Amino acid sequence: MLEQIDFATVNWARAQFALTAMYHWLFVPLTLGLTFLCAFFETIYVKTGKEEWKALTKFWMKLFGINFAIGVATGIILEFEFGTNWANYSWMVGDIFGAPLAIEGIVAFFLEATFFAVMFFGWNRVSKGFHLFSTWMVAIGSNLSALWILVANGWMQFPTGMAFNPDTARFEMKNFFEVVFSPYAISKFTHATTSGFVLSSLFVIAVASYYLARRRHMLMAKRSIAVASVFGLIASLMLAFTGDEAAFVDAKHQPMKLAAMEGLWNGTSNAPIVAFGIINGMKEPGDFQDPFVVEFKIPGLLSLLANRQPGSFVPGINDLVFGNKKQGITGAEEMIEKGRLAIRYLDEYKKAKKQGDISAASSALSEFNKYKDFLGYGHLKSPGEAVPPVSITFYSFHIMAAAGTAIILIFLLFLFYSVRGNIERATWLYPIGIIFFILAFVAGEAGWVVAEVGRQPWAIQGLLPVSVARTDIAPANVKLTFFMFLITFTLLLIAEIRIMLKQIQIGPKEVN
Amino acid sequence: MFGNLDLATLQKLWWLLASVVGSLFLFLNFVQGGQTLIWQLGKTEREKSLIINSIGRKWELTFTTLVLFGGALFAAFPKFYATSFGGAYWVWIAILFTFIVQAVSFEYRRKPANLFGPLVYEAFLFINGAVGILLIGTAVGTFFTGSNFVLNEYNLVKWTNPMRGLEAAQNIFNISLGLFLVFNARVLGALYLLNNIDFTGMDNFKKRTRSAVLTNFIAALPFLLVVLIGLLTMNGFGVNPATGAVSIVPFKYLKNLIEMPIVLVILLVGLGLVIFAVYTARFQNKDNGIWFAGLGTVLVGLAIFFIAGYNNTPFYPSKVDLNSSLTIFNASSSHYTLTAMTYVALIIPVVLAYIAYVWKQMDSKKLKSEELEGPDAQENY
Repeated sequence: MLEQIDFATVNWARAQFALTAMYHWLFVPLTLGLTFLCAFFETIYVKTGKEEWKALTKFWMKLFGINFAIGVATGIILEFEFGTNWANYSWMVGDIFGAPLAIEGIVAFFLEATFFAVMFFGWNRVSKGFHLFSTWMVAIGSNLSALWILVANGWMQFPTGMAFNPDTARFEMKNFFEVVFSPYAISKFTHATTSGFVLSSLFVIAVASYYLARRRHMLMAKRSIAVASVFGLIASLMLAFTGDEAAFVDAKHQPMKLAAMEGLWNGTSNAPIVAFGIINGMKEPGDFQDPFVVEFKIPGLLSLLANRQPGSFVPGINDLVFGNKKQGITGAEEMIEKGRLAIRYLDEYKKAKKQGDISAASSALSEFNKYKDFLGYGHLKSPGEAVPPVSITFYSFHIMAAAGTAIILIFLLFLFYSVRGNIERATWLYPIGIIFFILAFVAGEAGWVVAEVGRQPWAIQGLLPVSVARTDIAPANVKLTFFMFLITFTLLLIAEIRIMLKQIQIGPKEVN
Repeated sequence: MFGNLDLATLQKLWWLLASVVGSLFLFLNFVQGGQTLIWQLGKTEREKSLIINSIGRKWELTFTTLVLFGGALFAAFPKFYATSFGGAYWVWIAILFTFIVQAVSFEYRRKPANLFGPLVYEAFLFINGAVGILLIGTAVGTFFTGSNFVLNEYNLVKWTNPMRGLEAAQNIFNISLGLFLVFNARVLGALYLLNNIDFTGMDNFKKRTRSAVLTNFIAALPFLLVVLIGLLTMNGFGVNPATGAVSIVPFKYLKNLIEMPIVLVILLVGLGLVIFAVYTARFQNKDNGIWFAGLGTVLVGLAIFFIAGYNNTPFYPSKVDLNSSLTIFNASSSHYTLTAMTYVALIIPVVLAYIAYVWKQMDSKKLKSEELEGPDAQENY
């Protein structure tokens, strides 16, 4: 295992980004949803004026606050990591990528930061109505921040609204609205935030289930479950719907990712979905090995999901690497050749310009323009490099999809017993609620693995591979910071979980 | 509307906006200053608790302003973002680290089962307030003293010093700017506490806080002098507007002050306001000095950023390859992006307005120790 790790800067930088992003995503989904749940609870309190709803709101807010702090701590590093570990990236796409990050700060983070203090310390300092307004502002602010960072991420998956400027050697924005309203931005935002709502609802259900099992805070627990299971059910249905949309846009713009998600090596019409399978990890592009050790397929379903057309052709990894004339697919192999020409002519253009040779510069530029769309591919060493790690992508996708589907049923069960009014007797359901809360974390992280590992080697899909995007720095530096973050975040996570468990054990204030 | 502005105007406008955000951050550093005063001013658990809860209700504003400062520089001057963060790697990592540990410390310090105990979280706050601000000042110092990098024809950065940014701490000017900011933050912190806490029945605590204003100002003075003398005497970096070539210009920053007299006025008024606040707080028993010193700090910050970036001055000069130096003209985003971001910036007054409104609502009553000790004590930091 260890021998296979490439100790180069880029891999440490990748590992560090994966580490910090995955730690951050432990806390963010809970922030995104729990803040809305707090807003629901407080709205009920303000409407009914009942003190027990206030106590209930304050209890969930306390857990929200503990989680929020560590979410902030793990979040700041992500913004600056683009600069520290991906300096070339920051220059080459900063003209487009920087904007959503700045907007996130202006329109979203200040809402959170300003109204957070009211939410926690304003109970006796502002009016009831203004306090409720503040809680809603925190909810909206945190979800707005998700919007802008996911616009940025969506652009990395599907770069649009920009053009390459050979003079500055960077990509420059041409249409802000294309960036913001790209199908990826919308799909990423809706899918990621609804996953946060689902996880938060399961968190509330898990904690409340614990109280029901212990026969403590029964009223508060039942009320919490009622609200959370409605919110969770709606969100989980939305999640399935937006997940389907995500696969559809992948098929259009990231066919390689989709092929890896399903372990599809040779494209076919009437493509199947693998309901269950064990990947043959030794398989390489162009060889004749069986892609699966064991598999159980549902024929035709992938064609339907990917293209919304039964029987349609779905390209496989081999088609995308070597091309498929019949289907009109240009392979990575050919794109690499064109990309190398783009790099060569760009270089000639730069040199000619430096020497003041205008005619040579303009002829190099016109040659470059023929191949510029393939510039990113020119940096790949071999066509095989265009293939993401298939096993990781495949398994992550299948774990996420299976868990996401099962979660819908869990919410239905909790809602069913809540409506019937006998959830305190459905003791068998409590451990399931807790298990699925943990499973929701796994599913959420797996979803990000699919999204990010599934598009390797690209930092910006098709334009900029990670090997170029990195900072020019000795690997030892990045390795050291990797371990610094690993140790710090792990310790802080342990502290957070201990504090959280203690507060859950203490429980909400009982109002008589 | 903004699309008609020429690129140079937009670049200057965005340097102004970045300067404003950066200067507001320096004002909001009263949180960091307060963090370094916890042990010094808080002799009892109650006093410590008051300090922490007073500044703890504002820490996120400071934090968010730093994040926005980073985001605004990324959006408006991506070449700086790439060059400095990727190049001066260790300085930025160290700064970030102190903010990571700060972010959990207010919330976790007094919670049971917090793994490390309250002292460690207080130490995190101290480190953030002292080391974090020192390093930020040191990094800003390199705007004048220069850094060690070369950009290639694709504008990609190569840092030529293996210390990756930490070498900036070997320069007396950079370190002095950092220390000045640390002690100024402590002045601001003490002034903020004076204004925010209800000291009824805690005369000694108040006296201690009041004298901390003056002692920290006195401690800041020598470093301020080094910075001022340095600025007025050092050889700076200048850019030829016609050719874009960068060269060493004797007394460049003094020249900037003379050629931009408004900046000189801003600097002097800023310093005057800080001195006024310190004087009235210490000798006239006034509690509202934070507003004067805060505004003063913003003005001093603006002056520093204006001297660094305007009047044909490269704001991020390279010592090893003058022509790699970053100016607001060669480091900026495209005309299109700056225009789009200018439209976005129209929302800033709205943001400032609601921050001010909430601030007023929350701070209209001073923080009383009863609030922290009553039945809802658990709900505080």
